[in-house]
Amino acid sequence: MRYRRPGLDVFSHLLLILAVIAFLFPVWMALTAATHSRTDLYTSIAPLWFGSEGLHNFISVLTEPIPGVGASASTMLLNSLVMSLGIAFGKIAISMLAAYAVVFFRFPGRALCFWLIFMTLMLPVEVRIVPTYQVVADLHMLNSYPGMILPLMASATATFLFRQFFLTVPPELLEAARVDGAGPWKFLWDILLPLSKTNIAALFVIMFLYGWNQYLWPLMITTDQSWTTVVVSLKQLASASDALVPWQLVTAMALLALIPPVVVIIVMQRYFVKGLVDSEK
Amino acid sequence: MATFQHQRLTPWLLLAPQLVVVGLFFFWPAGQAIYQSLFTQDPFGLASTFSGLQNFIDVLHDPEYLAAFTVTILFTLSVAVASLCIALLLAVLADRVIKGSRFYRTLLTWPYAVAPAVAAVLWSFLFDPSLGRISHFLELVGVHWDHHINGGQALALVIIASVWVHVSYNFVFFLAGLQAIPKSLLEAAAIDAAGPWRRFWTITFPLLSPIMFFLLITNTTYAFFETFGAIDATTAGGPGGATRTLIYKIYEDGFKGLDVGHSAAQSVLLMILVAALTLVQFRYIERKAHY
Repeated sequence: MRYRRPGLDVFSHLLLILAVIAFLFPVWMALTAATHSRTDLYTSIAPLWFGSEGLHNFISVLTEPIPGVGASASTMLLNSLVMSLGIAFGKIAISMLAAYAVVFFRFPGRALCFWLIFMTLMLPVEVRIVPTYQVVADLHMLNSYPGMILPLMASATATFLFRQFFLTVPPELLEAARVDGAGPWKFLWDILLPLSKTNIAALFVIMFLYGWNQYLWPLMITTDQSWTTVVVSLKQLASASDALVPWQLVTAMALLALIPPVVVIIVMQRYFVKGLVDSEK
Repeated sequence: MATFQHQRLTPWLLLAPQLVVVGLFFFWPAGQAIYQSLFTQDPFGLASTFSGLQNFIDVLHDPEYLAAFTVTILFTLSVAVASLCIALLLAVLADRVIKGSRFYRTLLTWPYAVAPAVAAVLWSFLFDPSLGRISHFLELVGVHWDHHINGGQALALVIIASVWVHVSYNFVFFLAGLQAIPKSLLEAAAIDAAGPWRRFWTITFPLLSPIMFFLLITNTTYAFFETFGAIDATTAGGPGGATRTLIYKIYEDGFKGLDVGHSAAQSVLLMILVAALTLVQFRYIERKAHY
């Protein structure tokens, strides 16, 4: 390996470590700020080290109604969790079924269905946000989990991914299953589902992050505070009072909002990279 | 491809859930947007009259719309260029070092999990005029920072937060692309006495260009839509419209201002823009598949 240069390696490590620190910096400042009282915070500039009020701040955020929002963080964490799990599992389920139909069956109207579903790849929910709101209001689904979840499932990314994967399944597998007398449902459940495990895990990570980090949609359709999600509530908390921003609570909330998805991404790193690269191809 | 024969009902049962969801929440609203864009509604939503393309003409003559367009272009270009450059640099470095490349990958990809709104709030704390670390530092070097008053600084704040989130996304793709480049190519160039700089520009960079193009488009859609949270949570389009992007204006006009017709016309214009971008992306993918 003639092209290795030790000097350049040291330089690379230095720059990478610098980047790692720069990436962590905002979270570190939030961690330290969340452990001080408001009076402490406003006596000088933001502290670089921890204070003693951390436990108190987190307990008060999690148990008491948050000023400007009206619900406690534990309610909102639950809402975020239900919403993101609903989107992840719902999208995986309907997409897998639809891809299965498109790949393994021949029936009149198949091409049309295919194009109807794949057209949704072109437009994210944000573009048609106002009319979607009216549709959901007409269906009486404001302030409800189905209203938060279903419109965000109307996209074909996962269907596309499953289709690509199903096309690589060797045809002999289906022949063998048919010879052994397996019907379409048995083939799906006993053969395709176990084969798709890795793809499902990868999609789950991507969809969970997508659901958890939604902002505009839950902001619009949750007029009742008890349905707010953590990510949405941050703004209301930060702009609650005309006076000083309660940064110790805002940073504590921000940490609660970012810890679950960050844990998922770190624990499932391998699936995350696969899911990201596959689903965008 | 082997398929199941003589099944009439099963494929429809399988497709039904997705078709219902897509029909109700995609085609119905998209149709509504197009329909509403052709009508003028009174503010109470009681009556509407057909007005043809008047809404579109109004929108395109609205100086605020053109301002939002400029802000969007400026914002998108800054986010895309900055996050692509930083990500490429970091990916090249992480690809070089053999020890710890997995460690760096984990520590450089996690910000992707942070919602743009949360990221923007974290950064607005660092830039808080009274107690932020960075604004304090800027004060020392003679820059007075207050993104509540200064439009340029507000835009810079949401750009920084959006870049911070999105570098990790580009980093994942660049690293995957770099690892797919055959090492023998680089070694051959090294034997021919090409230095690292030259190897990068004559071999690595051209081989990465398809990924670069793909990322440019996904970065554009990211900056268009997903950054709504970052803007709303910190600057709310202000001060004085300095951070009001196209998507923010649709939200303001349609949802806060209840001006359904003009908002729908903006939605349709944005749909056309995004559909065009996506078509370009599809064409590119097809080309790559034929290689």
